[in-house]
Amino acid sequence: MARATGPVLECKGISKFFPGAIALDAVDLTLYPGEVHALLGENGAGKSTLIKCLTGAYRRDAGTIVLDNREISPHSTQESQKLGIGTVYQEVNLLPNLSVAENLFLGRQPMKHGLISQRRMLAMASDLLAEFGLAINPAEPLSAYSVAVQQVIAIARAVELSGKVLILDEPTASLDRDEVDLVFSVIEKLKARGLAIVFITHFLDQVFEISDRATILRNGRIIGTKRLADTTQTEIITLMLGRQLEARIQDRAPTEAGDVLVELRNYGRRGVIEPFGLTVRKGEVVGLAGLLGSGRTETANLIFGAIQADQGEALLEGRKISLKNPREAVAHRFALCPEDRKNDGIVGDLSVRENIILALQARQGWFRPLPRAKINELAEAYVKALDIRLASLDMPIRLLSGGNQQKALLARWLATNPAFLILDEPTRGIDVGAHAEIIALIERLREDGLALLVASSEMEELVAYSTRVIVLRDRRQMRELKGDEITTANIVSAIADEPMTNEPMEGVV
Amino acid sequence: MIRSTHLPLLITIATFLLAYTLCAWQYPSMLSTRVLANLLTDNAFLGIAAVGMTFVILSGGIDLSIGSVIAFTGVFLAVILRDTSIHPLLAFALILAITISFGASMGAMIHYLEMPPFIVTLAGMFLARGAAYVLSTDSVPITHEFYDTLQSLYWKAPGGGRFRLTGMIMLLTFAAGIIAAHRTRFGQNVYALGGGLQTARLMGVPLAKTTIGIYATSGGLAGLAGIVFSLYTSAGYSLATVGVELDAIAAVVIGGTLLTGGTGFVAGTFFGILIMGLIQTFIVFDGTLSSWWTKIVIGGLLFGFILLQKGLTWATTLRRKPAPEFAAQS
Repeated sequence: MARATGPVLECKGISKFFPGAIALDAVDLTLYPGEVHALLGENGAGKSTLIKCLTGAYRRDAGTIVLDNREISPHSTQESQKLGIGTVYQEVNLLPNLSVAENLFLGRQPMKHGLISQRRMLAMASDLLAEFGLAINPAEPLSAYSVAVQQVIAIARAVELSGKVLILDEPTASLDRDEVDLVFSVIEKLKARGLAIVFITHFLDQVFEISDRATILRNGRIIGTKRLADTTQTEIITLMLGRQLEARIQDRAPTEAGDVLVELRNYGRRGVIEPFGLTVRKGEVVGLAGLLGSGRTETANLIFGAIQADQGEALLEGRKISLKNPREAVAHRFALCPEDRKNDGIVGDLSVRENIILALQARQGWFRPLPRAKINELAEAYVKALDIRLASLDMPIRLLSGGNQQKALLARWLATNPAFLILDEPTRGIDVGAHAEIIALIERLREDGLALLVASSEMEELVAYSTRVIVLRDRRQMRELKGDEITTANIVSAIADEPMTNEPMEGVV
Repeated sequence: MIRSTHLPLLITIATFLLAYTLCAWQYPSMLSTRVLANLLTDNAFLGIAAVGMTFVILSGGIDLSIGSVIAFTGVFLAVILRDTSIHPLLAFALILAITISFGASMGAMIHYLEMPPFIVTLAGMFLARGAAYVLSTDSVPITHEFYDTLQSLYWKAPGGGRFRLTGMIMLLTFAAGIIAAHRTRFGQNVYALGGGLQTARLMGVPLAKTTIGIYATSGGLAGLAGIVFSLYTSAGYSLATVGVELDAIAAVVIGGTLLTGGTGFVAGTFFGILIMGLIQTFIVFDGTLSSWWTKIVIGGLLFGFILLQKGLTWATTLRRKPAPEFAAQS
């Protein structure tokens, strides 16, 4: 990339201290106009702290920020926005009840005779959206559009308000592939316009797809800034983690599966999932693979009783049981870590300690409170065993990073001493390091003789820990893969409903 | 195309028209301008207060103090006109200043102390009612010639209906409310607050100014409603208008405004008021029904509109459009 112009934003020696911790340690970051700069690092590496220092949400404790050759020191996100630094977050920060145009121009509506001119606002909104490749009616309420469209509208607003630097904080986390393409096409347009774009994401593929350079952070320090054309994913991951990811390449130790624990016969619910049969043995990890909407989550919820089955029967160690609701499932020592951690899992304002003992206390009944000493002992044991990183057991769980929240949720269910553990997307939205730890933990639980059912969209992960993989498609079980059959290629072909690659492919022209 | 956000308003208007048609079908004399004029006059104070309540509810809050503020205003005016010789217009200005600052201080408490509006305005409700008792426990008649002048201002429509000043004030308040809600930055900020406090903050909405402004508006309009009420009754009584805040909330909800905030129209509240007034008028016309039937019908209507709102929320989510459809060809 030929750089005719100097950097638009230059940060030097940014430091931020929290009581008892150095969040950022003399971090440098340089952004050039017309580049997409990825900011990478594990959760807790300092990405969000750096962003918050840039946008004025935090006051930095040391260092300088120079924007267009002028030193700045924003005190609020509004101020940094006025200076030219706009931010778009993963959760769309727009108002669903207002119209698209009202969202775009909130606070700076075109006025006529002291009143807002709706007509001019709509016309301006249409023009603006057209520049971003969106042909939508700006008079419609924002909630009428999908998250991806909303995300583009948020980008349009941020660019319109600031126009020099655009920070995208995990903008694609909840989008599917088509929608990611839409957002990326907008990023390309902005790049051509000469904006400097900071892109934060957990998806390395997307980083390589759209970014020019990447800065890697670890423990509050810059580990390196790389041109992505000259590097590989492995190198980046190694830089991020500082250690080789062993869980990813570790061989499956072929352990003997124990007795059948759970057996489902012709189990299903009309309109949710086709009837299926499933056996899970002790000391076995059964993986559930499939695309989004293939019925992975539904299967998990059905077995846990969160969705009621309307046909088939369930057996526990050969005895028929009823799984009409999660209470019954918990009574049979089932446990489920749900996919939507934020809404269905953690109780954000309760402390980590309370979150960990929640399920155990619920099973005991609320009139027999656990003694305080026992609670502390349990919570501390799990924090240690699962390496949950926190400042104190008393802090609200919402302050933990995604990976640590996930571990605390696992601790909640492990505390109930379950026999059958269902995990739905256990590694969604968490960083690579915590990812490896969760995978190692799954292995350990399996060796301890638990029966596990893990639904995941990450095939490498399923291949790494599953003893069997069940592939779902269109809410139906397509195929079961065992032993050496478990490869990503086979999972893909099963999803695509093609023959397996290690089978003779007769009759295929 | 009808936008889904307009649907509750249209349903409210349709309900009103249907109800009026039914009433007129049974009692044709209900079509007279006299009935129409009385509908406006009798509900003027409630309508004015309901405009303020609409803003409060649109922002996601609630104001329980307005009934007490109306009573306090009446007693204050009656006492000050009895005991001093100041002109009523000066007294009006004084009470409006008091009620606006009263509302503004409640708004400030809600914003700066991060207290739920329910609790703060509940305290305001007791405070204002208590202050009214302190001024006078008895009903104090207002006998001032300026009051007589104001009360005698009306436009006599063909058919004998007398459209009085108070009804006009209500209509003007609604007109001003509609413009403020949709054509000013303050109004947009009120909707923004109702859509999500955190998001509104991130989008640069001045939260303190807006919140204080909303409750000051509600307080001031309750003061204006109090003035109108004193013109209507020619007296100030500390036990008057108990529970009027709940009637106002009912009118706002029947008018199609979501109690969770962010969605609704000031114009809807107007029809909410008319519907409630109509039910009352019908019961007066009937003569045999207990007046409590008003409450029963309003209760039923409220349930109906709550269900309707829930249904519409579902419908909007289902209607959500996928992304690729909108990517323009480039």
